[in-house]
Amino acid sequence: MSATEYSVIGTRPIRHDGADKVTGRALYGGDFQIAGLLYGHVLRSPHAHARIVRIDTRKAEALPGVRAVATAADFPPSGDRLVDLGEGQTPLSYIRGNVLASGKVLYKGHAVAAVAAVSAHVAEEAASLIEVDYEPLPCVLTAPEAMKEGAPILHDSLRTKELGEDGGLVSNVAEHFRHVLGDISQGFAQADAVIEREFHTSTVHQGYIEPHNATALWNNDGRVQVWCSTQGAFVVRDTMACILDIPVSQVKVTPMEIGGGFGGKIPVYLEPVAAVLSRKSGRPVKITMPRKDILEGTGPTPGSYIKVRIGASRDGRITAAQAHLAYEAGAYPGAMVGAGAMCVFAAYDIANITIDGYDVVVNKPSTAAYRAPGATNAAFATETVIDELAEKLGIDPIDFRLRNAAKEGTRRADGPKYRRIGCVEVLEAMKSHPHYTAPIEGPNRGRGVAIGFWFNVGLPSSVTLSVNSDGTVNLVEGSTDIGGTRTSIAMQAAEVLGIPAESVHPSVVDTDSIGFTAVTGGSRTTFATGMAACEAAQDAIRQMKERAARLWEVDASSVEFAKGSFRSNGHSCSFQELAGKLGQTGGPIIGRGAVNPRGAGGSFAGAIADVEVDPETGKVNILRFTSVQDVGKAIHPAYVEGQMQGGSAQGIGWGLNEEYYMSAAGAMMNSSLLDYRMPTTLDLPMIDTCIVEVPNPSHPFGVRGVGEANIVPPPAALANAIYRAAGVRLRRLPMKPSAVAEAIWSKNL
Amino acid sequence: MAVVYIPALLRPIVGREQVEVEAGSVRQIIDRLEELYPGVRERLVDGARLRSGVSVAIDGEVETLGILASVPPSSEVHFVLALSGG
Repeated sequence: MSATEYSVIGTRPIRHDGADKVTGRALYGGDFQIAGLLYGHVLRSPHAHARIVRIDTRKAEALPGVRAVATAADFPPSGDRLVDLGEGQTPLSYIRGNVLASGKVLYKGHAVAAVAAVSAHVAEEAASLIEVDYEPLPCVLTAPEAMKEGAPILHDSLRTKELGEDGGLVSNVAEHFRHVLGDISQGFAQADAVIEREFHTSTVHQGYIEPHNATALWNNDGRVQVWCSTQGAFVVRDTMACILDIPVSQVKVTPMEIGGGFGGKIPVYLEPVAAVLSRKSGRPVKITMPRKDILEGTGPTPGSYIKVRIGASRDGRITAAQAHLAYEAGAYPGAMVGAGAMCVFAAYDIANITIDGYDVVVNKPSTAAYRAPGATNAAFATETVIDELAEKLGIDPIDFRLRNAAKEGTRRADGPKYRRIGCVEVLEAMKSHPHYTAPIEGPNRGRGVAIGFWFNVGLPSSVTLSVNSDGTVNLVEGSTDIGGTRTSIAMQAAEVLGIPAESVHPSVVDTDSIGFTAVTGGSRTTFATGMAACEAAQDAIRQMKERAARLWEVDASSVEFAKGSFRSNGHSCSFQELAGKLGQTGGPIIGRGAVNPRGAGGSFAGAIADVEVDPETGKVNILRFTSVQDVGKAIHPAYVEGQMQGGSAQGIGWGLNEEYYMSAAGAMMNSSLLDYRMPTTLDLPMIDTCIVEVPNPSHPFGVRGVGEANIVPPPAALANAIYRAAGVRLRRLPMKPSAVAEAIWSKNL
Repeated sequence: MAVVYIPALLRPIVGREQVEVEAGSVRQIIDRLEELYPGVRERLVDGARLRSGVSVAIDGEVETLGILASVPPSSEVHFVLALSGG
C-alpha cells in the first residue's frame, strides 16, 4: 500500500550501535565509574499499608564505612504544590512520596530510607540497622475492593474528580470519566444478540532485564549531574528539579544505554535519592536496584476489572457497546484507565457507546506505563466478547470484525473521527494470511484471533546535524535508543540528504547538549524525532544550496537538490563534494530540527494464535503465532519486525503466565524472575510477522509508531484459541495451567 | 462556526451534545462556552491551561498548543483525555 520508492527508507542497514552492543563495549549505567564513588542501598517497607511512627538512623550512621543516610525529611517540604512534568498537574507530594515515603507507606517495597557507603555490602548492612516503627493499617489490593464503602483509605485528601469537579468525599477513586456516543438503550433494543461478561487482569511487570540504576554527583558549584538508565533524560531532569526544588538548569542528566524499558523507565525512583546522598556525603553515589526491589518497588502495569456488554443484529452489525473499566493505579493516582477506555472499542464503528472509567488507588506499587498502557486489558475483554458474539451469530470471527471495522471517518467513542487508519487493511491481511487459511487439525487444538489499537503520540523532539568535510554527518539527538531508533532516525536524515545510512553518525546526548526531547515512549521516537531529523536535514540542504550558489555564482533559488546532488545552470556536484568545500564557502553547516508534531497516526495490530491445550494439566502450548500490524511505513523493516515479535512475546506472557501473586497482607510472593514467570524462548514459537503499510499522511515518509499496538491483541487471541481447543472461555488473566485446568474440570462436571 | 462536542460529564451543565461557536482559538471557545453555560471553564481549565488529563482535538487531531490552538471555521472540536504511552 506504500508505493513510494526510497533509497534508504525500507532497507535494512546494520545498526550504528551494533558493534558496541555485541562486543560488550556499550556503556550501561551499571558500567559507570567515577573517582570517589560511593554505593547506595534503599530500605523498603515490609508492610503494604502502615503509618511511619519513627525512623531512627543513628545505628546506621555509626557503622564504619557509612557516609550518608537519607530519608524523606531530606527533601524540601512538598506542601500542596502541583507540578507539571509534561503530562499535566500532579501533586508534588505524590512524586516525592513515591521516591521516599513520608508519613505513610502505601505498598510493600515502598522506599523509606537510603544509605551511601564505601561498598554496596556496607550500605546494605547499614540499611538493615535503620529502625523504623510502623503502625500497620489494613490494606486493599484490588479496584473493586478499594471502591467499596468502608474500604481502607490510602490518601486522606484524595477525592473523586469528574472532569474537574470534586466529588467531595474522601475515596480511593481518584477519577471517574465517561464517554457517551449515541444512545445505548436504543442500540441494545436493536440487537438480536447481546453478550455481557466480566473480566479480571492481574498486575504484570514490564520485565526489562537491565535493573534501574542511577549515579548522582551533587557538585560543589551546586549543579547536580546524573548518569542513569531512563527512557527520557529530560523527564529525569525536570522531575529531579521538582523534587529537589532547584532550577532545571542546575541538573544535567546523561542517559546511559538502556536494557529495556517498555514504559517502566519513565518514572524516576533512584536518581533523587542518589542526589541527596551525594549532597550529604560530598561524593558521587551510585544505586543499583536488586530484582526483588524492581518487582516490588517500581511501577508495574495496572491490574483491572472490566465489564463489557455488546449487542449485534442478526446480520452481524454491532448496534451498541458498553464498558465499565476499573483499573488499579497502585499507591498514587494514574492508572491509565483513560487510555484503556479510549481503546476498548477503538477498532469498531459503533453508533451507540457508553464507557465509564475509574482510576483507583490500591496498596500495590504505583503503576507505570507498559507498552500501549491500558489497552491490552481492555482488548482482552472486548475481543473475547466479540469472538463470542461472532460464534453466536454464526459468522467467521474476522468477517464479523470486518463488518464492523473502524475506518477513516468513523467516530470514536470519545468523539473525534478517525483520519486515515489501517484497521480494515490489517483484518484483510489476517484473513488472507497463510496462517489463517491453513487448516488446524488434531485434538485439543484451536485457533484464535484478536485485534487491538494504540493511539501513538507526538510530543517534542530536537535534532542537530553537522556536516563533515568527508560528506558524512553527525546527528545529535535526545531520544534514548531502546529499539534501534539511532538507526531509524539516521535513515530518515540520510534519505533527505541523499547519502547512505552509514554516512550518518547518530549520538544520544545529555540534557545540556540538545534541545528538549520528550521520552522514548508512546511509539513516538521514529515518528517525532524522525521528523526533527528530516527538518534538520532539510535545514542543512537549504544552507548547502546557498554554498553551491556562491561557488557557481548563481542565485540560490536556482539550485536544486535531488538524489544526493546539487544542480543549477549546468553545474552539479554531489553532497559529498560540496561538503568538502564548506571551509572555503563560509564555514561549518549545522542543520537544526525542533518539532512538536500533531498527527501521530494510530496503529492497529492483529494476532492469530494456534494453541494446543493439555486437558489434564491445563498447560497451553502455542503451535503457531502471527502478528500483523499497520506500521504506516517501515523505515527499517527488521526493527519493525522485532517490535512486533517483542510486543507479541510480552502479550503472550501477560496472557498465559505473568502475574503479581499477592498475599492477603499485600506482599508479592513471586518477586524474582524465577517465580515471576516471563516466557522464555522455550515457551514461544517463531513469531511470524506481517507488515501492513497504510502511510500516515502527517509524516514525511508515512511513519506510524510501531512499538505498542502489537502487545494488545495476544491475550485475547490466546483466550479465543483456548476456547476452540478446550471449549472453555477464560475471562481472567493470566490463563495459567491451573486456571485452564479448573475451567475444563468445571465444564466436565 | 466551529462545532464543539460537549464531553458527557459536562452535558448536565450544557444540556446538549453539541454547540456551534464563533471562535478563532480554543481559548475563545472556552470563553464563549462559559458565557453561555457558566461553570464550564472551571471544569476544563486550570489557570491558563487545560486541566490535567484533558486535551483538545480539532478535526480529529490532538492539538499540541492546548487552549492557544487556532480553530479553523467549520471545524469539529472535542475535549478528550490526554494520552502518553509506554
